[in-house]
Amino acid sequence: MAEAAIELVGINKSFGAVWANRDINLQIAPGTIHGIIGENGAGKSTLMSILYGFYQADSGEIRVGGKPISIKAPNDAIAVGIGMVHQHFMLVENFTVLENVILGAEGEALLKNSIAKARSELQRLEKEYGLEVDPDAIVEELPVGLQQRVEILKALYRGAEILILDEPTGVLTPAEADHLFRILQQLREQGKTIVLITHKLREIMAITDTVSVMRQGTMVATRETAKTTVEELAELMVGRRVLLRVEKGAAKPERAKLSVKDLTVRDSRGVTMVDGVSFDVRAGEIVGIAGVAGNGQSELIEAICGVRCAVSGSVVLDGEPIDVTGIADPGELRDRGLAHVPEDRHHVGLVLAFEENENAILGYHDKGEYLKGPFLDIDAIRDDARTMIERYDIRPGDCRLKTANFSGGNQQKIILAREMEQDPGVLIVGQPTRGVDVGAIEFIHKRLIAMRDQGKAVLLISVELDEIRALSDRILVMFAGRIVGERGPDATEGELGLLMAGIEHREAAE
Amino acid sequence: MSRPYAKLPGWVDYGLIPIINLLVAFVFAGLVVLLVGESPLHAAAVLVEGAFGNGQNIAYTLFYATNFIFTGLAVAVAFHCSLFNIGGEGQAYIGGLGVAIVCLAFDRILPWWLIFPLAILGSAAVGALWALIPAYLQAKRGSHIVITTIMFNFIAASVMVYLLVDVLKPAGSMAPQTRDFLPNAQLPKMGWMLEAFGLSVRSAPLNISFLLALVVAFLIWVLIWRTKLGYEIRTMGFSPKAARYAGISETRIIIITMMISGALAGMMALNPIMGDQHRVQLDFVTGAGFVGIAVALMGRSHPAGIVPAAILFGMLYQGGAELAFEMPAISRDMIVIIQGLVILFAGALENMFRPTIQTIFASLSPRSVGLAAAKGEGA
Amino acid sequence: MAFLDVLTQLIDATIRVSVPLLLACLAGLYSERSGIFDISLEGKMLAGAFAGAAAAAVTGSAWLGLGAAILISIFFSLVHGFASITHRGNQIVSGVAINFIAAGATIILGQAWFAQGGRTPSLTGSARFQAIELPGAAAVKDVPILGAIYSEILSGHSLLVYFAFLMVPFTWWMLFRTRFGLRLRAVGENPAAVDTAGISVAWLRYRAVICTGVLTGAAGAYLSVAQNAGFVKDMTAGKGFIALAALIFAKWKPVPAMFACLLFGFLEAASIRFQGMAWPMIGKVPVQLMQALPYILTVILLAGFIGKAIPPRAGGVPYVKER
Repeated sequence: MAEAAIELVGINKSFGAVWANRDINLQIAPGTIHGIIGENGAGKSTLMSILYGFYQADSGEIRVGGKPISIKAPNDAIAVGIGMVHQHFMLVENFTVLENVILGAEGEALLKNSIAKARSELQRLEKEYGLEVDPDAIVEELPVGLQQRVEILKALYRGAEILILDEPTGVLTPAEADHLFRILQQLREQGKTIVLITHKLREIMAITDTVSVMRQGTMVATRETAKTTVEELAELMVGRRVLLRVEKGAAKPERAKLSVKDLTVRDSRGVTMVDGVSFDVRAGEIVGIAGVAGNGQSELIEAICGVRCAVSGSVVLDGEPIDVTGIADPGELRDRGLAHVPEDRHHVGLVLAFEENENAILGYHDKGEYLKGPFLDIDAIRDDARTMIERYDIRPGDCRLKTANFSGGNQQKIILAREMEQDPGVLIVGQPTRGVDVGAIEFIHKRLIAMRDQGKAVLLISVELDEIRALSDRILVMFAGRIVGERGPDATEGELGLLMAGIEHREAAE
Repeated sequence: MSRPYAKLPGWVDYGLIPIINLLVAFVFAGLVVLLVGESPLHAAAVLVEGAFGNGQNIAYTLFYATNFIFTGLAVAVAFHCSLFNIGGEGQAYIGGLGVAIVCLAFDRILPWWLIFPLAILGSAAVGALWALIPAYLQAKRGSHIVITTIMFNFIAASVMVYLLVDVLKPAGSMAPQTRDFLPNAQLPKMGWMLEAFGLSVRSAPLNISFLLALVVAFLIWVLIWRTKLGYEIRTMGFSPKAARYAGISETRIIIITMMISGALAGMMALNPIMGDQHRVQLDFVTGAGFVGIAVALMGRSHPAGIVPAAILFGMLYQGGAELAFEMPAISRDMIVIIQGLVILFAGALENMFRPTIQTIFASLSPRSVGLAAAKGEGA
Repeated sequence: MAFLDVLTQLIDATIRVSVPLLLACLAGLYSERSGIFDISLEGKMLAGAFAGAAAAAVTGSAWLGLGAAILISIFFSLVHGFASITHRGNQIVSGVAINFIAAGATIILGQAWFAQGGRTPSLTGSARFQAIELPGAAAVKDVPILGAIYSEILSGHSLLVYFAFLMVPFTWWMLFRTRFGLRLRAVGENPAAVDTAGISVAWLRYRAVICTGVLTGAAGAYLSVAQNAGFVKDMTAGKGFIALAALIFAKWKPVPAMFACLLFGFLEAASIRFQGMAWPMIGKVPVQLMQALPYILTVILLAGFIGKAIPPRAGGVPYVKER
């Protein structure tokens, strides 16, 4: 193998007590497309940010073309020919394409010459790589795919020989993604080195030459793409975890409590995130929605719970419709027995600056039992909070403590206690154990099963496949905004993994 | 997500750091005193003597503090909803109109104890209405509330000048002010409270609006921490996303909060108008609306902090007037500098000393801080 | 001819009262375009006016006065930068603080140093910027209309007036034709884009607030060393806020900023000139309405009723690197 284009040796990085990267070693051969794959939070983006000088590694060495170099800021990275296309584009939206391309690489104090130079350079790049884009267009008026092209042009204009792309297809349509891949292949043919960060197995298989797998901040394997399989990579990504065993009997589902029909939701940029989804959740069952993060699960539950407005479709709760396309009020839905444990507990599910007891009533603060006229019934609120602390073993057991001072697992228990103790008919739970310690996971899982056994309808959304498999009575797999399959609780990890990767199920082949 | 630094005990957060910030502000004020060639320590002594030296001084101090309690509460209530109401000055000024209408209409027919509650309602209503427009524009049209409330300060000033010069001025009078109120629209003095301690207050204008201010401070505490509305305001202030999740309407809360804030600022007008001057004259607010910003920042938006902070500023106002006699180089405008320094160090630079203090605490008690850091971890 | 005379005088007055607005408005433009909101234009202008008059009075040189005005104004800009760039404090709070510190300090120091009730000594001769007679102004004075325009309106202002109006094309050129301007606009819209392009966000913003300081200093010096012959307390009288309103009204663009300032200046000049005059059809317009008009217009603009004023997107938000 020729001298590595990039070599990382023993990179360590921690944020507070959390290891984002631990003893990372990596070699990337020049003129190849190298994939880095891993689940959300595996440390891929942090590693690349270190390479681009956005963060400093705590220890370790970066070598470019065999030479050890120190990258303290992005311009150090730019100087050695590293360019980066960020997941969230680093573009000035009301600037023209040209202005964005020259920003930071103007060359001289007056813009006239640099603009002229950039214009001819863009023409050259357009010919060489098929990267056509109107240099005088305002960036915010361009479609997302073209905005990304501007990011690539920025890097090439700065003479990047090594191009890092962080989750580049997250915002693209499949057609745009295919176009991007053709561009990347062309760049490789011209001798550029490309690092592709993604959590999508399909992309890795489609375009990379080699692939490295990250898990929980460490680099667990590097393979030649041609000599590996989706199954192997999926297993490496998820790891051979201790299987979660939750004691549970068979479900006794009854009538449907929650019916979702043809629900379509767009995000703030107008991208369709949920695309005509339909399903039922019956009393006495847990329905799990599996899927890689970002495939529309978040938007789906937000729309059902009235936090986000849907474009079209209907949701029926206990036989009564919810106005999901209009002014569904989360407070009113709670009164109708729809409880919601949101995915983002720090900004949505809790007010971290509040005392524990104040969070124990969030969303239920206008219920009669917590009020005396317009006043809060502090005694009733605190009594209830203490009861929940006891029943859910929330520690420390002080309902006057600021919520920010509780650990992740205990914060999650505060939310679960609040939503479950209100005896809802339907419970929608997003990422119930994200960032939660093992002991609390077990407790939370038991509680969810108990809810089911009491005849509640539970809709579970989790990116943890093990969790979905351990808890669900039915598993729906969501990919690119659609439900692409339904499986029973005995579905294998590989089978679900393929569905999650958007690869049509190949049951016949298995 | 772990924070880059550890948490500090509550008494450091709410006690030590604000006091350090305040001390730094006073050190800089002392430097200004040095610059004009006077001794800062002597100036401080004169100031304290001037504020608390005798009954009359104390009464004046509390009279000024009354204004600042109202305006400080006004700013604080908006802060709880994460809104910066910089328009207290204009809301108070226009609030004087509410007082004037009630007093001019009823001072011939009603006794003071009927006029007073009507005037409270009048001042609060007019102040609230003046805050309603910026609130509505913020909630519905996204206009920045800071800019609109600044603009409304100037508009209020123009409106009041127009009204006092062209409408409310009695015929034949030269001064741009209303006629004097009859005794029925004058508030009872509160000298007896201090005289009970054997202090002589002479003509000091301390009046029962001071008691009203204390009652309102308590009511605001109840509102913020003991009512459903207060709960919703705080939720919105800390996290609009959590408020949405909890089914709290952003528009409704912004508008209600700003109207309460405006009402409090408007009520400030009662004290100088009904308690002291017994007429509405130009510029009777004299910056009290802006002092409210410093008071709210210093008092950390809590009534229990605002009342002492208001008394501190009352002391600076009254003591500053005495200081001007003693040291001609220092006028009462010294307070304006101190006010600015307090806003700078207790507000904009409130976190300047935090990292240092955290380092000190981390080295003093690594165990407790380490524990907090581990707790903060999680997701 | 009487009408023409009135008109000439009115335009002349408009220019005079517009200049401090224009300088302060352009000052605010640099800071706000870089993403630092600045409501302390008023305070910095006031401090500049005081320092300018004080230095001119002591040294007898208008130029040294201007220098002192600019220096003190830059000092306050750096305080604002220290709080809002380095310590990521609340930019509004910091601005309010600076306004108060300037308001108080100018009076205290003025009284302590000059003992004239907060005034500085009256400036005469070279301690003041004098009107500049443009070449040939006297000669063409009697040429109808054009001559009057040249000699009455264009000629006969102090140096700072010409400086202020020259700053308009200069600022435009700086903003849209230079590297610094490109980066300045970028950092106010998306500092992360600037950061990843290898440019220091903090240093860029500090340079922007220094530009603000230079121009508010010049605005202050104009008030006390050119337009008037000395400092009187609170002599800015809200001009900093009108400048802020003009900046919003002009949607943070230099040439519209000039027209906004001329409009607001005209309102002020007209309200003085026509005070108490009854207009046909309308009757007497209260002078206070004219004074409040800039603020009312700004509120209406902000509410989006006459076009939308969209501030720089990163304005008011301290830049923190995302994890």
